[in-house]
Order: sequence, then C-alpha cells, then structure tokens
Amino acid sequence: MLGTLGYASLVAAFLGAAIGCWCGLKAGLDRTSDERVLRVCALAARRAAFFTFGAMSAAMLAMEAALLSHDFSVEYVSRVGSLETPAYYTAISLWSSLDGSILFWAWILSGFVALFAYSRRRDGTGSPLSGERGGLPHELRNTPLVVASCCIVGLFFYGLLLGPANPFGIVDPPPTNGPGPNPLLQNHPLMGLHPPMLYFGFVGMTVPFAFAVAGLIRGNVETRWLRESRRWMIAAWAFLTMGIIGGGWWSYEVLGWGGAWAWDPVENASLLPWLTATAFLHSSMVQEKRGMLKTWNLSLMIGTFLLTLFGTFLTRSGVLDSVHSFTEGVIGPIFLAFIALLSLASLALIGWRSDRLHAPGRIEGAVSRETAFLFNNLLLVGLTFTVLLGTMWPLVVEATSGDRISVGAPYFNQVSSPVGLALLFLMGIGPVLPWRRGAGAAARGALGRAGAAGAVVAAAALALGMREVIPVLTLLAAGFVICTIVEEFVRAIKARSLAGRSTVAAFLELFARSGRRYGGYVVHMGVVVIALAISVSWTWKTEREQTLFKGQRLAVGEYEIEFVELWTREEPHRFVVGASFDAYRGGSLLGRQDPRLNLYVRDPSQQLIATPAVASSLSSDLYLTLMAVDADNLEHATVKAIVNPGMAWLWAGGGIMGVGALLAIVPWGFRRRRAVPLE
Amino acid sequence: MKSRRLWMLAGLVAAGGAIWLLAFGGLNQNMVFFMTPSELQAGEPLPPGTSMRLGGRVKPGSVQWDAAQTRLRFVLTDEGAEISVAGSVAPPAMFREGMGVVVEGTYGPGQVFQADGIMIKHSNEYAPPGDGVDPSQTYRSLLESS
Repeated sequence: MLGTLGYASLVAAFLGAAIGCWCGLKAGLDRTSDERVLRVCALAARRAAFFTFGAMSAAMLAMEAALLSHDFSVEYVSRVGSLETPAYYTAISLWSSLDGSILFWAWILSGFVALFAYSRRRDGTGSPLSGERGGLPHELRNTPLVVASCCIVGLFFYGLLLGPANPFGIVDPPPTNGPGPNPLLQNHPLMGLHPPMLYFGFVGMTVPFAFAVAGLIRGNVETRWLRESRRWMIAAWAFLTMGIIGGGWWSYEVLGWGGAWAWDPVENASLLPWLTATAFLHSSMVQEKRGMLKTWNLSLMIGTFLLTLFGTFLTRSGVLDSVHSFTEGVIGPIFLAFIALLSLASLALIGWRSDRLHAPGRIEGAVSRETAFLFNNLLLVGLTFTVLLGTMWPLVVEATSGDRISVGAPYFNQVSSPVGLALLFLMGIGPVLPWRRGAGAAARGALGRAGAAGAVVAAAALALGMREVIPVLTLLAAGFVICTIVEEFVRAIKARSLAGRSTVAAFLELFARSGRRYGGYVVHMGVVVIALAISVSWTWKTEREQTLFKGQRLAVGEYEIEFVELWTREEPHRFVVGASFDAYRGGSLLGRQDPRLNLYVRDPSQQLIATPAVASSLSSDLYLTLMAVDADNLEHATVKAIVNPGMAWLWAGGGIMGVGALLAIVPWGFRRRRAVPLE
Repeated sequence: MKSRRLWMLAGLVAAGGAIWLLAFGGLNQNMVFFMTPSELQAGEPLPPGTSMRLGGRVKPGSVQWDAAQTRLRFVLTDEGAEISVAGSVAPPAMFREGMGVVVEGTYGPGQVFQADGIMIKHSNEYAPPGDGVDPSQTYRSLLESS
C-alpha cells in the first residue's frame, strides 16, 4: 500500500519534471512565438517545480511511514529496517543505504528547484500579460532556463528511482523482521545530522550549475544573476562545510581511532566540490568588480556540480573496491554515463559561447586584490587536482599494471599542508590589498603589523615546545590573519563611531550593510580556528595503550585513568559490554568514563562496534577506546587512551564558519531602506 | 608594467609547478601495496620497509594474545599460503578467528609481518540472520574469542 503510493508519487514527480523541463526550455529558447504563450510556458515551468516538490514529498513521507511502521513488504524497509532498531535510527535509516539516499537526494533537489521558482515569483515570467510579439525579453529567459536545467538533473534522479534504484519494490511474502541499518550508522545520534547537511550541500550545487547553464545558453551573465547564483552557492557551501565538519565529528565519536579525518575516499569526495565551490566564491568577486573571469567562473560552477555527482559515483558504485567491481551494479555505469554526458554538454556549451563571454578587463598590478584571488584559485584548484589524483591513483595503477595499491594519508598530508598554509597566508594578504593597482603605504603598514603579530604567535609556539615546521608556520599565519581581520573590523567600526554610533551598533551594522564582506571575514576566522586546532592536536597528541586490572592506573599527558570494572547490558537492538574508568586530571576527579563495545543483534556480520568515551574540555579531550576485554573473569580490559588537545576548537571553528556564511546571505531588512553615506 | 605582469605570471607558474611536483612526487613514496599472502610469498621481494596491506583470513587456532603485554600473534592465510603476523597492537574489538582481516605494516625479517594496525574487511551485503540463532550465544562466543 505505502509502496504503491510511493511509486505513484515518483511517477508523478517524473512527469512534473518532464513538464517543467519542456516548458522551461520552450520559454527560454523559443524566439519566434508570441510572448504571451511563452509567459504561460514560464509560469507552467515554475508551477511544475512546485508540483514535483509536492510529489517527491509524498514519496519521501511514504517511505518514512513505511520505515516507522516496519512495513517489510516495501523492499527498502526489508533491507534496512528491523523491529528492534529505536525509532530515531529507523527514521534516519532513510539515508543508510543507496536507494534511500537517492530518494532523499531527489527530494532535496525538488525542494531546491521549488524554492528557486518561489524566489522568482515577482520577476514577471509568471504574469501572462500581453506584451510585444516575438519572444520573451532576454533577461526573463533566465528563470525558465534555470528551472529547465534543474529539471534535467531531476529527471535523471527520478528516473533512477523509478528503475534501477527503486526503493518501493514489493516483497511478497514480506519477512517478519529485517537486518536493521549498518551497525556503524546506528551507533551515534550525530548520524542524523551530518548526512543531511552533506546532501543539502551537494544537491544545493545544482542551482548554481543551472545558473551557469542558463548563462551559457543566453550567452550572458549579468552581475545581478551572478550575485544571485553566488547566494545559492554560499548556502550550499555552508551546508557542505557543516556536513564535512560534522562528518569529522561523527567519525571522531564513533570510529574509535581518535581522529576526525583519514583522507578516506568518502571524505575526499565531500572535500572536492567544497574546494572548487570555495574557489568560485572568491573568483566570482573578481567578475563582479572587474568583469573578468566569466568563463572561468562558469566552469567552476559546472565543475563543482559535476564533482558532487562524481563523488557520489565514487563512493556509491563500488568502483573504489576494484575497477572491475563497479560494472557489477547497474547504478555505477549509469552514473558515469550521466556525468560524461553532462561534462561533454557543458564543454560544448562553453566552447560555443566562450567568445561572447570574453573579458574586457585585464590584470593591471602584480600585487593587487585580483592577483591574490588568482593565486587563491590556483591553489584551491591545484589542491582539488591533487586530492582527486590521490583518490583515483589506485584505480589508475590497477587498470594499468594490475597491482592493487592504496594511497596513504601521508600523501594527502604532505600535499595539503603546504597548499593549505599558502592559502592561510593569502587569507591575511588578500583583504589588505586594493583592487587594480599595487599595494600602497597603508597596505604595506597593515602587512607589517600582521607579520609582527604572526611572529609573536610563532615565537610563543616555539617557546611551548612546538618544533615541526608546518605547525609553527601555521601558527604564524594564524596570527597574521587574525591581525588583519581585527584591523579591518576596528577600522570600519571607528569610521561608524565617528558618524555617531555606539561601538556595538556599529559592529552590528557592519553585518547588516556589508554582510557578505564581514560575514566572509567571520568565515575566515573559523578557518583560522580550525587551522590552529589541527596544528595543536597534531603536535601535542599523546597516545597510550595498555591492559589494566581492577584498580590499576594509567597516566596519559595530564590525565590519569583508573580501571574500575567491566559491565554488560542488554538492550532490545544490541548487547553492550563496557569498561568503567575513573578519569583524573591534574590529580582531581573528572568523572566516570565508559568506553563500550556493542553487538547489534540483527547484524548478520556480527561485528563488535566500539564506542569510544570522550571527555571534552576547551583545552583537550581524553579519548578512551576499549580494545579488548577479559571475557572469562571480567578482571582486566585493554584500553587505548588518547589525549587530543584542541579538538573542541575544531568543531567550534566549523560553527564559526557556518555563522559567517549565514551572516553573508541573510537579507537584512534594513539594508535597503536606509542609506547612510558611509563606504 | 610589463615586467609586473611577467612577475605575476612567473609566480603563478612557479606555484602551479610546485603543486604539480608535490602531487606526482609524493605518489610513489606513499603508495601502500595491497597483497594476499600467496602474492607476497610468490612475488619478487619488495624493498624492506615498503608499507603494504595484507588481506586474508585469520587461521583458526593460530591466535596468541598476550593481554598484559598487548602482544598479538596470528597466522594470516588465503588458503594458498600462510604468513605469520605479529604486532604490539590489541586485536580490534571485532577481531575473531576465521574472519577476513587486513593488516597494515611491513614484511620484516624472519618472514614475519610486522603489523601496525588491523582492519576488519567490511562487507556491505546484508542478509538477515537465520532463525533459531540465539544472539546471546554469539555474543558469548565473541567475548570469549576476544
């Protein structure tokens, strides 16, 4: 029943997208028909976007209802559901397997398209008033073309759901129970947070992509459209950022090895589009101010979207297990064909239109804001390339020589740390430099002060015993960037104070009036905090592993743990064995820590899943993982104890980046109403 | 003016070249070979210290786990060949005899593989457990083998 309802909704969504696509293309491309007809088409395309969203919502709700009511006659539920799984994990098991993830992805996509269509409700395409004969005005073609481009992507996903990735298949007779979701995915509540964030980020990149396609078809990208696409990109970018940091947090809390980032292909796949999106957010400013880099910016928008698809393909098709394994599934080749098709079509569009997009401006000074952005883009795209290379290299080697290899985390660290460091320095240099011409005395003075601040921070790090080159330089860069950002704020607030505002009012006004600029600085601050956290934890992380008997103690860094006892607990969906430790810090009791091992009863592979115990504080975390237990007498336990300094700042930095991005896109009401002749 | 543009171009080329070198130069040093015990025994000896991942099954009855010293020894097999593995690592929680594991480390002196870490081969395939299996029994046997 729910399965049929869900499938019918998917069919409706597919038809809605097909109508949206056809009407959008007609309104956007037809140059001969009556304008009234085309306006009706444009209106129909927008309405189709709303309809598709409604249909996809129905499909998603049908799936959620099936999951929560344990309707095992629905094929997806029979694969990921179980009667014992708690309701929360049952609800979020929507994204615990391939078909459900695609359903979730498609629902978000339909939502983004509907939101875009809603945002264009007053642009004139929706009012079928009589106008001049002969086509829709040029600037109005943007809306239907963006809807149509999104619908083409939508048709692919809805089509996947109707055919090879149909989650609503019917199982007859239905089983009485299922295996439950992958144990690793039902072991921590954070699982409900970062996957949706990542999906919102990935799918959100579709709208800028559609803007780029529409811009290429129209042969023009007006500053207004560029700004708007940039807002969509910032929103998607913010979700992606939170998703990546949240994923790191999940991995830290669940996987038990004491780190947040392992350069795993799944992680790399989320980083690649983030890097190119970040490049676009910077290079688009050059186009806005100077009219340059039009083709480059469109390429970045398209490339970012293609990388989201490619990342999904990499991690979902099984191609990374072996070159030969991905052909076993149907989804892999279909995804690859779609990516190839979109890439070729985009390249053809760019080739066809590049002469129209030729930039009038040129770089004038070797040391200017433009150059800083140019280097920023070179570094970000270079980093994208190296991460992609390292992720794909095992496939290349296997395809050419047959050897099975993997590329270790040291490769990625080796490449990303100098590039990241250079980017960090640029973050301090860029905002100080003026557009167009070389740096004046003011900029040189600011750079000098920032350099001095950085040197002080680096000297402090050396005095505290930091010896490795990259972390020390990172701290230097951090001091440098913080100094320039603080100076930017102080100068702007002073200027407003002179106009009679209080300091607090002036500070708030900065975000209200130039949210993008000052929000951007807040994002930079978040990046600096993350860089600091990584350097500190990299340098001062300590780790010990030992078997402890009752009452025995183990000292790690400034912490000490005492083994109290082993205990077991039976829950409906799992068995738990835990070890209790009393944790001390500097001699005083912190409290009890209980690292655990879990066995999920419905998990056919019957693997024990560890749950580390983390005692967080602003300065450092005590991280305990239970490695082995004495099953016979419950006398001793083997524990890995890690002291991780600065981890809390890693998550905080992600939060700061998110707040900064929010400040940059929120349309503050009074920005338009009152104009103050400042800046 | 011209020289400035030239400087900028030179800077861009230098930065791009540096990334290029980093990217390809680092690859060969950081490649981890993935082999099976048979391939390791049959193939040409790799230079000592080459990091690799060895994948196989834990031979039943071969596990010696010294909890007090956290010393682990076991034999990894792929039905064709057997390799002794040793390491100062605790068996990860999921470690059981007969199961598929991947050990990361180097093939050291004395034909013993020195493991720095153990990974369990995850399988994404799910099948419901058969009826009549008491999960608490599985749990017990798991605890006993760890």
